Amino acid sequence: MKRTPYEPPAQPVLGQVFDALLVLGLVLVTLYLPLLLKLAGSGTISDIADKPSWETLGQNPVMAGQWEKLGFDPASAATIVGTRFDYSFSWIGFAVTALVIVGYFVAMLRWSDREYRDVIAERFGENPTDGAAPER
Amino acid sequence: MTDVTTGQIAGAESAAPTSRRVALKRVLGPAHVWGLGVGIVLVGEFMGWNFAVGKGGAIAALTACWLAGILYTCVAMIDSEVTSTVAAAGGQYAQAKHIIGPLAAFNVGLYLVMAYTMLEVSNAIVTGDLIEAFVHNMGFVGDLDKRAFMALTIVFLSFLNYRGVLATLTLNYVITAIAFAAILVLFVAVKPWAPGETLKHSDLLTGLPYGGLGILAAMHFGLWYYLGIEGTTQAAEEVRSPARSLPLGTMTGMMTLLIAATLTWYVCSGLMPWEYLGQAVTPLYDAARLTGSGPLELLLFVGTLFATLASANGCINDASRAWFAMGRDRYMPVWFGAVHPRYHTPYRSIVFFVPIAILFAVSTPLDQTITLSILSGLLGYTIMALGVIIFRRKWPLGSISRGYVHPLHPLPAALLLLLCSVTYLAVFLGYGTQLLAMMAFYIAASAWFVLHRYKYCRRGDQFTMPWPRPKGY
Repeated sequence: MKRTPYEPPAQPVLGQVFDALLVLGLVLVTLYLPLLLKLAGSGTISDIADKPSWETLGQNPVMAGQWEKLGFDPASAATIVGTRFDYSFSWIGFAVTALVIVGYFVAMLRWSDREYRDVIAERFGENPTDGAAPER
Repeated sequence: MTDVTTGQIAGAESAAPTSRRVALKRVLGPAHVWGLGVGIVLVGEFMGWNFAVGKGGAIAALTACWLAGILYTCVAMIDSEVTSTVAAAGGQYAQAKHIIGPLAAFNVGLYLVMAYTMLEVSNAIVTGDLIEAFVHNMGFVGDLDKRAFMALTIVFLSFLNYRGVLATLTLNYVITAIAFAAILVLFVAVKPWAPGETLKHSDLLTGLPYGGLGILAAMHFGLWYYLGIEGTTQAAEEVRSPARSLPLGTMTGMMTLLIAATLTWYVCSGLMPWEYLGQAVTPLYDAARLTGSGPLELLLFVGTLFATLASANGCINDASRAWFAMGRDRYMPVWFGAVHPRYHTPYRSIVFFVPIAILFAVSTPLDQTITLSILSGLLGYTIMALGVIIFRRKWPLGSISRGYVHPLHPLPAALLLLLCSVTYLAVFLGYGTQLLAMMAFYIAASAWFVLHRYKYCRRGDQFTMPWPRPKGY
């Protein structure tokens, strides 16, 4: 038996504008703001020598030559050479992140399946018969 | 060829309960598909990939390049099957709608929009930096505001997209070919057959500065070599023969990128210390400078510029089509589902993203916009792996007509899931807070969709393919 099609309410223009602005706001608050406030981004540590030379920076003569061709001297290269990623591992941070990602996918798939059953019921009818042609 | 059809959209014959359904022009062939895919991605050889060197060293970046190549081969295989079967505007979005369900489709649509918009932003940043560097290298003295070039790039390419897809994708095809030729010329010019003369791998390759963990961490930016190749599917509704053109265009694009990625790594790692390479904004242009050849520097300036423009152009095309498809389905306000009466383009969706792209381009660092793009892509690949397993379960082989059947199922899906998990961990190393910020965005957007937006969607309209009832439903 085919289900009565769901008739969605019409959305007024103002509501559409509000929804569009809401999505924009969400992008700005969750993605742009953390970058602007430097709350997100690369986690690095710096170890910059006071009076660096190519030797103290661990650069052999070929490396030093290439740095110089690129317009660097030991002092200006020291910041780049001395900055490294911080890979110190937090198991709690890892567990929270993993939980958020897995939880997000599980919840999304479960909820999608619930919505999908409604879609299929409306499209094909309530009583399933595998392989049946869709009702027109 | 029509612009407004009555059920003539590929695979959507039974789609529209209403008599007329707005559709896009069918004008694209396999070369355009190749151009769209490689055009978006080739820029990954000109910038961004080298941040993988910063995260793990040059050897780790090469390992990441190949591992990411395996990941994207799985993506291309799966995508070719699903897209050649569900050929509708929105690509993976339309696929998720038919295979998984509305909330997943909403999320996939957002992944596509965010991945391509942030890639467009990254391209605009590089364009500004490149022009600034080139002008100074040419002897210009004084200040040059690169932000003006960033904004101009976004506005100009959005205008091209506003005017029409055929013109912009034909342009993409030409400038992509020139950019690829620039990589090949650079590779020959550095004489790879004479090690030590120009390329100095023996002195510049330093092993693994972060140990084995660096290989894992490098996977994060390793994706950048290929990110966006699945964009070939966004134009599915505009392709003349999707079952042939989409797999052909995607797989040849993947081969092109694997070759270009390896050549790029080889040239750059033989010319620059890894610490410099790991943070360079325009590594291939820098490689050309290091050869000391003026014409080569000019060629790589043009190549980098063309690659960024082609990529940004394709990104605007793809992001706007995903947004258009979501508007047409009421996942977003229907106002976005309009096609321009004269140019037949989703013009409102194109214009909507211009201010967002400009804002991010002029005020955020390149590695972070790249990370936002990579994360959205990564979430999409995870859903793609789950989606193809669900697809084969709901419609086993033989139950519906498929344009292409990918071999060895479910091995590519399982491998893709494994490599996606590795990449989440890679992003967590160094960019953990950004990963959580991105998840917060998608969780909040999902809650908004479930609690508010979905009530405007017609349920039965979400399924438009002329397929039998899915198994188990």
